[in-house]
Amino acid sequence: MQIVLFHLMPYAELDLEAGRANGTVWVHLPNRHFDPEIGHRLYNRYLDELEYGEALGFDAVSVNEHHQTAYGLMPSPIVTASMLARRTRRVKICILGSALPLRSHPLTVAEEHAMIDVISGGRLVSGFVRGIGAEYHTFGVNPTLSHERFHEAHDLIVHAWTRPGPFAFQGKHYNVQYVNLWPRPYQKPHPPIWIPSQGSKETIDWASHPERRYTYLQTFSPAKVVERYLKLYRDTCAGYGYAAEDRQLGWAVPVYVAASDEQARAEAKPHFEAFRNVFVKMPLEMLLPPGYTSRESLKNVMKAKAQMFGDVTIDQAIELGLFVCGSGETVRRAFERYWQDMRFGNLLVMCQFGTLPADLTRRNMEHFAREVMPHLKKLGAR
Amino acid sequence: MTFRSSFIEIRGARVHLRRGGSGAPLVFLHGASGAPVILPFLEKLAQRFEVLVPEHPGYGASEEPAWLDTIHDAAYAYLDFLEALQLREVVLVGNSLGGWIAMEIAVRDCSRLKSVVLVSPAGIAAPGVQPADIFLLSPEETVRRLFHDQKLAEARLAEPLSAEAIDVALKNRHTTARLAWEPRLHDPHLPKWLHRIRVPVKIIWGREDRILPVQYVEEYRRLLPGAAIHVMDGVGHLPHAERPDDFVDLVCR
Repeated sequence: MQIVLFHLMPYAELDLEAGRANGTVWVHLPNRHFDPEIGHRLYNRYLDELEYGEALGFDAVSVNEHHQTAYGLMPSPIVTASMLARRTRRVKICILGSALPLRSHPLTVAEEHAMIDVISGGRLVSGFVRGIGAEYHTFGVNPTLSHERFHEAHDLIVHAWTRPGPFAFQGKHYNVQYVNLWPRPYQKPHPPIWIPSQGSKETIDWASHPERRYTYLQTFSPAKVVERYLKLYRDTCAGYGYAAEDRQLGWAVPVYVAASDEQARAEAKPHFEAFRNVFVKMPLEMLLPPGYTSRESLKNVMKAKAQMFGDVTIDQAIELGLFVCGSGETVRRAFERYWQDMRFGNLLVMCQFGTLPADLTRRNMEHFAREVMPHLKKLGAR
Repeated sequence: MTFRSSFIEIRGARVHLRRGGSGAPLVFLHGASGAPVILPFLEKLAQRFEVLVPEHPGYGASEEPAWLDTIHDAAYAYLDFLEALQLREVVLVGNSLGGWIAMEIAVRDCSRLKSVVLVSPAGIAAPGVQPADIFLLSPEETVRRLFHDQKLAEARLAEPLSAEAIDVALKNRHTTARLAWEPRLHDPHLPKWLHRIRVPVKIIWGREDRILPVQYVEEYRRLLPGAAIHVMDGVGHLPHAERPDDFVDLVCR
């Protein structure tokens, strides 16, 4: 199994009461709550944490994209991934992912990812996402066009990476007379493409298609839900007439490891609950603007609203497999058990979440890297 | 007064149409929340006019055509509609999103229109005037903001919601987003061509409108200097629903 250290880079020193009082830390939490001096410290701390991931033996480090929110301070994952490309030597660098429909010109994604791939000597993993619902509010991009812009942008990017230029591209949303990428990507035919998702049949049908076979990552979901979607991915591949490889499946989950189960729960509790009950929270209208999902999915969410939008305690989260927390032994056993059921070839662990401070984040990374990771890396090894 | 329900095909899409009354034709173009029922003001108008109440493509019982990408597509579809029904001398009344469609129709072709009545219309931006963010409001807050008289809002909120009504509401919301998400509720190019509306224009606005504030009328005074403007006191975004008698008097005046 390949282990990826994933970071959201939240504004960890957020005034939580302000976040709670505003109902969400997305879209309209006034940016006077962002202090640039604190931001300076946090960015440098987080970049150090990702660089430390290489020293600790992680296979890859990962950044992602979010806009106008305390949840994650990476409106451009290109900036952070670029720095990591120069400050690391061995690890893969994952951008999970770039929000294609939010870009006014997808060629900029093709170019920037190709630059990082070339600079890093082929260590880039390209993730493509649509951006979350809230970002259609902040950016003004029409959510009813989200799917078609995503697919068209994807086609343009992959053509730009693989077809000899110059050539013309004609689409509904993007029209380019000369597609002729300088630089071309380092990896052949192009960097691996991963698709992070909260779970959608349409996404799975598309990602698993034999022409693509993109790695599907289920993010921040209860273990039962992860299992259901990873199984759906495998079944869909079987329906297409091929067997999914483990490397096509991934799970992204927050993790906390300490000397004992009790200590782990006690240390993680306020920070995990801040993550789940303040940083993640937003009203339904913000999460799912029209057209972002099918109307059937929207209705299912409306029915499950009480569960989805209510608070969750750390104990409930561990029980649900929304969070994996405990001693090294407990966490190792939990992942071994989950792996037996799901056979995911990629595990993305988020070792910093919510308000978790620097010292606890480092200790968590060290415990995980020393007591858990070596065992997990052997799973599924050929 | 009974309204007859039928379907008319516009560019391959079935469009739901209610017709009632007799006299000169009046077409009512509904707003973002649709026109699921025939409200009392339409009954009253039907005593004077032949009233036609279509549901826009993408709304209510009308189909969602693949060609409906922008408000301009809706406008061209209604030009086809007026031609297909061979309507002439039409009084075209539009509320909110429907008012925007009415303007987009009229700048393209007024030849089948007698006059245009814009009721708190969307469609333009005005400096310093901020419409409500209809896509972030909860369903309850939306209803409260539609009405000035909160008793009417309470009554609307107390109506039980059938599964069918929820489906229609989601469908209407989807089409509204498709047409009006960005630029939000307006077409930046529309003001350039408003002079092409060469029939009389009447503008009706509720002074207490909390969706599209009444300050928009100042921009219309500039853009449509010949328009007759009536601001109704103590009324929100839906003057026709909140004060049907006064509204019908203004339309007929």
